[in-house]
Amino acid sequence: MAINLQSVLFFLFSVIALGAAVMMILHRNPVYSAIYLIVTLFALAGFYVLLNAPFVASVHVIVYAGAIMVLFLFVIMLLNLKQDPIRERGKIARRAFALLIVVVLLAEIGVLVGGSLLTGDGVAATSPAVGLANGSADSTNFVGSTAAIGMLLFKDYILPFEIASVLLLVGIVGAVILAKRKLTS
Amino acid sequence: MPLVYYLLLSALLFGIGVAGVLLRRNAIVIFMSIELMLNAVNLTFVAFAAHFKNLEGQIFVFFVMVAAAAEVAVGLALIVAIFRVEQTVFVDEINLMKW
Repeated sequence: MAINLQSVLFFLFSVIALGAAVMMILHRNPVYSAIYLIVTLFALAGFYVLLNAPFVASVHVIVYAGAIMVLFLFVIMLLNLKQDPIRERGKIARRAFALLIVVVLLAEIGVLVGGSLLTGDGVAATSPAVGLANGSADSTNFVGSTAAIGMLLFKDYILPFEIASVLLLVGIVGAVILAKRKLTS
Repeated sequence: MPLVYYLLLSALLFGIGVAGVLLRRNAIVIFMSIELMLNAVNLTFVAFAAHFKNLEGQIFVFFVMVAAAAEVAVGLALIVAIFRVEQTVFVDEINLMKW
């Protein structure tokens, strides 16, 4: 593989994303976990820019790194959590079980993806023309611009779009009701 | 960049998210790990969209974000409600549904 700017940026963002993700699940203080997750999310926004998806990248930064993570930090501060207890990460058997599950999962994905990489067929060699059935994108100059996504979203996906807005409304109402209700143990 | 690198990267991120859900006992950190898994899947969507030169993958990322936002709102409200009753967010100290 030739060394160009794209691959350098890819590996830079990969290291940032994976390192911050590992730190997120290992750090004992939930505030630091949230901040490491924000770092991971910014690295992912970098990937989206590399993948010609500027609209997704900007929405990702605004919605995830902005709104959702601020909500997380607010709740962490609202609950005034102290540092997690020593046994936070569980007993040895529990950790071994978790690692076993993760290794099995990664091995499955590795066999699927790496197998196609070695034999040279599968995902890497599938015809790029498959996805052009709707003619939604120009195959020579592919950029997920806001205008192109808007056209697709408000023409072909108008019903899912409206349903998504109803879903958000239900989420808002549900959150208010859940947080307001008097609960008894 | 070849598609395979993006797939392997998002598989690793998803695996880290699974490890977070299984290892941690703080409900908020478990929730953040779930967000990490959703984002790993979003990365595969965008990578496939770039590979097949088809915008519909990016549309799906949009809908995943909508679902994630609603999920976070309801989930954090649930965590706050549970905290007000139990005074804890550690999932192994919450056994309301244990019989």
